This record gives sequence, structure tokens and C-alpha cells, in this order.
Amino acid sequence: MALLSFLDREHSIAPAQYSRWLVPPAALAIHLSIGQAYAFSVFNLPLSKVIGGAAASPDDWKLSTLGWIFSIAIVFLGLSAAIWGAWLERVGPRKAMFVSACCFGGGFLIGALGISTHQLWLLLLGYGVLGGIGLGLGYISPVSTLIKWFPDRPGMATGLAIMGFGGGAMVASPLSVALMSHFRDSRTHGLTETFVTMGIGYFLFMMIGVFLVRLPAASAAPAGSAAGRPLAHTTEQRSASATSTAASRQASLRQVPVNEAWRTPQFWLLWLALFCNVTAGIGVLGQASAMIQEVFTGRITAAAAAGFVGLLSLCNMAGRFIWSTTSDKIGRKPTYMIFFALGALLYFAVPTIGVRNVGVFVALYAVILSMYGGGFATIPAYLRDLFGTVQVGAIHGRILTAWSAAGLAGPILVNYIREYQISHGVAKAASYNTTMYIMASLLIVGFIANALVRPLPVGSAQRAGTPVAA
Amino acid sequence: MATDDGRSSPLSIALAWLAVGIPLAWGVSQTIIKSMALFR
Repeated sequence: MALLSFLDREHSIAPAQYSRWLVPPAALAIHLSIGQAYAFSVFNLPLSKVIGGAAASPDDWKLSTLGWIFSIAIVFLGLSAAIWGAWLERVGPRKAMFVSACCFGGGFLIGALGISTHQLWLLLLGYGVLGGIGLGLGYISPVSTLIKWFPDRPGMATGLAIMGFGGGAMVASPLSVALMSHFRDSRTHGLTETFVTMGIGYFLFMMIGVFLVRLPAASAAPAGSAAGRPLAHTTEQRSASATSTAASRQASLRQVPVNEAWRTPQFWLLWLALFCNVTAGIGVLGQASAMIQEVFTGRITAAAAAGFVGLLSLCNMAGRFIWSTTSDKIGRKPTYMIFFALGALLYFAVPTIGVRNVGVFVALYAVILSMYGGGFATIPAYLRDLFGTVQVGAIHGRILTAWSAAGLAGPILVNYIREYQISHGVAKAASYNTTMYIMASLLIVGFIANALVRPLPVGSAQRAGTPVAA
Repeated sequence: MATDDGRSSPLSIALAWLAVGIPLAWGVSQTIIKSMALFR
């Protein structure tokens, strides 16, 4: 019971003088863990050989079936973030992080049971459903807390956390390979042991976040007080508050609850903008290895293509921090304008100048993927500018359904258009050109959506101090 | 994580950042090594 009360919102209020620089590591501990999801594909091939080993067995799981594990996890990420965002705001980040750690770690353990008994439904239920819920809760749990601690640099703060999600796959991929190699012997494939180790390991690592995270005192204030405006505890924080940008001052005027926010045109315009940005990036990310090998046939080996994928992951991760930090200086809307305008130009450039030179091709995609990551990392601060801080986590959760939708649309656009092109006689090297033009067009749609975003009319928003249930 | 007066110690802040920074740096270094194949 003592543990449960430790998780309560009122027990996670920061004491005076608590350094806000302890909060980003808490967020990173969560995001570095759940970012593992993007490295799940390293398990697909070994999972398809559990029964037969090197010799194929008809009882083995098919690769196409195993692809559903990741897809279900991403769908449940979006659903859980949308459904439990308001609950998170009510109970605070510590309890949400703890539940996320239980779901994510537990998902691995149930998955391990599924592997050892060779029952796919247990893997789908464990890693896909339960793990996916852990992903969604973990993804949004530190966001509103960080925004409240860093009113002067909300983009940088959330960028740091969401950068961790990008970095998580970089840690998980070599870690998974090393663990499978360690546990593999003549009798076992090592997958069950790897899943158990990762489940326990990630649970413990996420506990760092649970123990470190604190809410700034004012965010725990009862309804009717100056909710959402964090008190400046330290000299550092008072200085930060004094240098707040115009956007943050504007945000301090509005505290819009999630049920009101998601009925505004601003929410849906941003949903569309995020959808366009993610769709344009996610389709390319999934096909990067095949694409560079087919565009530069005979010049790019499989190992070099894997290096290209790695480089794109690095740019995706770096972009999350760099672009979101930049948005604190130039504003959220101009940052998204750059994503869409520059992104569209670069996509148009790929089939024209990009295909002539490997270096140019790589550079174009490096910038494109940095803006893909930047879109994810900048959206929480954009929402905070429009709707205030008090339920920004819940609003962020709702808008992440754009990610789930893009996760379906992006790969379908790239794969099916490519297959259609090839079936109509287009050479493989040229089969991506139409897709690039469609991606560029999609970014133009995003540009228009972003351009239409206007601050909420004062009449429809609530002034700070007006009761808004957190 | 905090001293008697509730102030966070610089050591605790450094340890917290190291706890997340070391695995992240390892992951990034592994990715950079893998990416080098593109430039060979």
C-alpha cells in the first residue's frame, strides 16, 4: 500500500528547490525503453524459425503473420494514448509511468510465454496489446510534466524526451541481437530468455523515471487556483519564467480541456498536419533499405543499405531535439512551415537530382527524416501554445491517432504505388518517383493545414484561473 | 535525490543523466559504426 500511495499525484509534487533538470532524465528513461518498439523487427526472422530452426518447418510462424505484432502494438499505442490521456492528467505522471512499465515489461513476459509454448495469440496479446498500451501511456506520460517544468523552453524539453523514443531503437536493436546470441545454444533459440531479460530489464529501467519524476507544485493546485502555471521555485526557474516567449505568455491565457480542444478546427488542422508529416516520413523509413539498393542497383550493397537506414535513424533522432528546440526560438507554426515547404521541395528533388548521386540522395533523405522526427517532437509544444498546459497530455494523446493512421497510410502508399508502377512496366529504379511526388503533394496539404491554424478566439478558451479539471 | 533542505544535489543530477546517457550513447555509437558501411 505504501508503494501505491507513493505513486499518487500528491506524493509526486516536487519539494522547493527540486531541480527541473532531473525531470528530462525521468522522461528519457521511459522513452528510451518504449522506443524499443521500432527495433522489434530484429525478432521477426528468429521468431519465424522457432520450431524448425535452420530447416523450415510448416508449423513455424510466417513473417507476414509476425508483422501483425508490431502493427497491433502501434494501433494500441494510439488508442491507449487517446483513451487514457485524461486519466493520466488526473492521476499524475508517476502512476502512469508505473502502469506503462508494468504493461510494457509484462507484455514481454507474456510474449516469452507465447514463444516457449509456441502460441502466437499470446505474443499478439502480450507484446501487441499489453505492450502497446504500455507504449501509449509511456509516450504521453512525461510530456505535460516537462511542459509545466519548462515553460520557457517547452519545445526543447519535449524534444529531449521524444528524442529518447528515436534513440530507444538504436539501443534495443544491438541489445536484442547480443542477448539472442548470448542465450542461443544447440537446444534453444534464445528468444524466450531474451524476452524475459528484456521485460525485466526495461521494467527496472523505467522505474528510474517513476522515482525521478516530479510535478511542479502549482500543477497540483486544486481547481480554481492558478492551475497550470508552475511556480518558479529556484532562481533558475524564476529567470526562465521571466524570459518566456510571446507564445508561452499567450499559452498562459488559455487552459482548454481535452473535450473542448478536440472539437476545435485548430485540433483537426494540426491532426491533418501531423498526419501528412508522419505519412511522408514513415513510408520512406520502412522502405529505405530496398529503395536505395534499387535506385542505385549494383552500387549499394546490402550492408551499405543497412548503413543508410542507420543514418536515417540518427537524423530522425537528432531532428527531434534540434527542430523542437528551434521552435522555441522561431515559433511552432513557422517550424512546421519549414517542415512542409522544405520537405516538399526535397521530395520533388529526389527523382530529379537525388537519383544522380548517392551523396545527394542520402543528404536529401537525411534532412527529410530530421523533419519527420521534428514533427513528432514539436507537436506537444504547439498544442500547449494553442490549448494551454493543464490537459496538454490528454490532447497530445488524442492527436497521436494521426500517427496510427499514418502508420497504415504511409507504407500502403509507398508499397502499393511501387507495385502498381512495376506491374505497368516501370523500371524498379524509377518506381519510387511517383511516390515521391505524392509525398510532396501530401506535404503541400500539410502546409495549407498548418497555415490555417489560428490562435483560439478568447471567447472559446478559458482564462487561467478558471476551473479546469486536470 | 535531494539534500535535507530539498535541494537536488549536483551529484544526483549527474547520476540521473549518466543513467540514461550511457545507454543512449552506446546505441548511437553502434548505429554510427553500422552507418559507416555506407561511406566505404
